[in-house]
Amino acid sequence: MRIAIPLDENKQDVCVVLARAPYFLFRDGEEELIVENPAARAQGGAGIQVAQFLVDNDIQALITVRCGQNAADVFTSANIKIYKSVRKTAAEELAAFAEGKLEELTSFHGGFHGTHGS
Amino acid sequence: MRKIAVLSGKGGAGKTYVAVNLAAAAGKCTYIDCDVEEPNGRLFWKPEDVRCVAVNTMLPAFDAAKCTGCKDCVRACRFHALVYVGDKPRVFSEVCHSCGLCQMICPEQAVTEAENPIGVLEMGHHGSVNVVTGILNPGEASGVPVIRKALEQAGDVTIVDCPPGSACSVMESIMDADYCVLVVEPTAFGFHNFRMVYELANLLEKKCGVVINKQTEVYLPLEQFCAEKQLPVLARISYDSGLAGRLAGNEIVSECVPEQRKLFADILEQIGGVL
Repeated sequence: MRIAIPLDENKQDVCVVLARAPYFLFRDGEEELIVENPAARAQGGAGIQVAQFLVDNDIQALITVRCGQNAADVFTSANIKIYKSVRKTAAEELAAFAEGKLEELTSFHGGFHGTHGS
Repeated sequence: MRKIAVLSGKGGAGKTYVAVNLAAAAGKCTYIDCDVEEPNGRLFWKPEDVRCVAVNTMLPAFDAAKCTGCKDCVRACRFHALVYVGDKPRVFSEVCHSCGLCQMICPEQAVTEAENPIGVLEMGHHGSVNVVTGILNPGEASGVPVIRKALEQAGDVTIVDCPPGSACSVMESIMDADYCVLVVEPTAFGFHNFRMVYELANLLEKKCGVVINKQTEVYLPLEQFCAEKQLPVLARISYDSGLAGRLAGNEIVSECVPEQRKLFADILEQIGGVL
């Protein structure tokens, strides 16, 4: 099972944002890979772009603090499960996931389009 | 062709009051309500012979039989409005800007454009005033396409009732205006938002004049600002509960109150001298 987690600059902590997280951790069995997020500096539509990036990386599960509605729609279409992150580091979340302790994320924010008066 | 835009920054400053009565004083003109999220000029005009035209934006539609899944369209979209998931492309309509690039770029001609209704234009008249109302459907993200369509109806003399604020929809509304009437409440809040619209109008190199509305006392920072920027004050309208009552009753006051008629005729004359 391939799992993705958004990472902070220190490449250890879970990033509180999804679409503009600087890195992603991909965990597949024992293998771990840290990749730069191509959507981090998108002018707009970052949520959709990051969703495409994660779908293209064939993940089956995402562990994140929060997620926008557009991205959530994409993940649902791709049968990707979204779990809520409540711990500081990605390693802690992966350990909790292995023990079946993670809850699914069920509330999604409406996105930030136009919220700055654009 | 002359186009006068009425804007304010802060909502409730009196844009619609000024725009409707300027148009009524002009007599033969076109009034366009670009406040498409809450167009209320029509409450005053009660236009007759109203016809409606749908306003559509174009959205890409994908032919599943032709699509090979190359994702060229997804990569090309600079707004990131497209995804390819579950073996088919999909568009997020509120993110799409209808630029048509996905259709141009598709090597298989699998993308066509489909009309997506986002609002309507209501067009009627009140005597010799053509009344055009742009109405955005609830829930739509951007009123700009409705505003563009509404402004296409401009006549020889046009009064544009702008949306509040100083964002994209306001910029679109004043883009080709010859003159901007800035309506301001003489309060700290009113002045703050007034400066924002002034900056916008100034950036677009528009001639501007100021109408100070609902004045109970002189607000000095506003007076100093107008003097400093050499902004003509076209009118000062005192707060008057009788007038507020008439407006709440949807009366076009320049049609029935001689002082109001004179006030707006005078503003028009001052603007006419500048254009």
